[in-house]
Amino acid sequence: MSNEYIPRIIGFLCNWCSYTGADLAGTARLKIPPSLKVIRVMCSGRIDPLFVLKGFLKGADGIMMMGCHPGDCHYQKGNYNARRRYVMLQNILKTLGLEKERIELRWVSASEAPRYAQVTREFTEKIKKLGSNPTREEIFL
Amino acid sequence: MSKALKIKNGVDKGLNDLLAYLLQNKDIKGIFALKKMNENGAASYSLMAKVDELKNAAPLHPLMPVNAGKVLSSFSLMEATKEPVAAVLRPCELRAFIELIKRNQGSLDNILLISLTCGGVYPLQSVADGNTKKHLPRYWESLKKAEIDPDIRMTCQSCEHFIPDMADMTIATVGKKDLDKECTILLNTPKGEDYAKDAPGNIVSEEIETPETEKLKKKREEQRKKMLEDLEKDGLGLKALVKTFSACLACHGCSHACPICYCTLCDFDSKTLEYSPQSFISELKQKGGLKVPPDNIFFHLGRMTHMAVSCVNCGMCSDVCPVNIPVATVFSKVGLSLQEEFNYLPGRDVEESVPYGIYKEEEFAEIGEQ
Repeated sequence: MSNEYIPRIIGFLCNWCSYTGADLAGTARLKIPPSLKVIRVMCSGRIDPLFVLKGFLKGADGIMMMGCHPGDCHYQKGNYNARRRYVMLQNILKTLGLEKERIELRWVSASEAPRYAQVTREFTEKIKKLGSNPTREEIFL
Repeated sequence: MSKALKIKNGVDKGLNDLLAYLLQNKDIKGIFALKKMNENGAASYSLMAKVDELKNAAPLHPLMPVNAGKVLSSFSLMEATKEPVAAVLRPCELRAFIELIKRNQGSLDNILLISLTCGGVYPLQSVADGNTKKHLPRYWESLKKAEIDPDIRMTCQSCEHFIPDMADMTIATVGKKDLDKECTILLNTPKGEDYAKDAPGNIVSEEIETPETEKLKKKREEQRKKMLEDLEKDGLGLKALVKTFSACLACHGCSHACPICYCTLCDFDSKTLEYSPQSFISELKQKGGLKVPPDNIFFHLGRMTHMAVSCVNCGMCSDVCPVNIPVATVFSKVGLSLQEEFNYLPGRDVEESVPYGIYKEEEFAEIGEQ
């Protein structure tokens, strides 16, 4: 065992695309970093900004939202709503000077196992560079 | 140029004349306006059906005991009011009402909206201090000169949206030097014109935007810049945010006073986000300490995600805060940034949708594809 820093990342994965994509990546034995803790949601549109904020303020190093590519939503428009909420959340964090880089949205379809592996790797690398989330040190939030 | 009704009477009396006329000669069955409650300057929104009652009405009294948009929504909630009502309210209250209507929390039907070019309101504390009466002459003087009265709310001092958007009638007050002698009421819509047709006074043509309103707008913009700079002097980021909200008592008064926060049961007052006894212990173990009651920053950020895009900058939240946190400044800063992002101005038009829940397929195309 090395003492390598493994960031704690929460992933909100859409049941119909990225969750299946993640499954496929596992079946295909693609290399995926162990940093991403997956929470399955029925649609990226189900991801309440409060979920993301709570994770962020409770010390998650990164939060990944994944959904179907635009136009492919199982419920027609959930991912479009998710996209607007993501823009809103990023804007709020930016305006208040919080680290918006710790939250990301990626479209990954059910067949894109290599993309899932790649996105997870990239995000993990990025968070590794950013280091531990300062909200973890801040006790009286 | 729009039509305007000029009444040869001081603005207070002239407006009361018009309201009395509406009650007596038109189908208006109730007047919704501020009413003086005592000599200290306390006032309360009231519904008045009798002309006699109107002698205590003070629609222009610079106080906002509650955001009137919230009250109007409460009596037009399930369906439009059965009887026509004339409501006198400030531009930010009107915009809050429009935002509530967009959320199915009210109806514009059967309400005659009378608003004003607004000089701002005093903080509610001024009523407790009992010096409103002493300060009032200065308020009216600065209004005539289109200047900022230093006694009014910080939020009002930095508000450049003092001209109402959706009003049927607008009472011109900013920069009107002869306020004591004549009352100018602009008629913005056919509905407004209809109600004012045979009212006492002359119909003339007048512009709502004058060099004076422009002047006040510039001053208020400067003030806003200064206020935001003051907020940022501690810097941005987590530490600054924690410092700003460190005194928060978690009374949730800001959310209860907010006209946009209409939810019957807020997530933050509900069991959904309540800490279980175990969570206290586990967080204590993990972090070595926690603020109790917990989720202080989470509450404010969470509320922001829900309503900041519709923030009308009325300042109720700061005004009710018992520990003087500049809630309104933080929220209006975030609100402005969100409104710019989505090209949205709350309360501008009742036909416009709230930016969440609607979308354009082609927008933000680069997001998520990297």
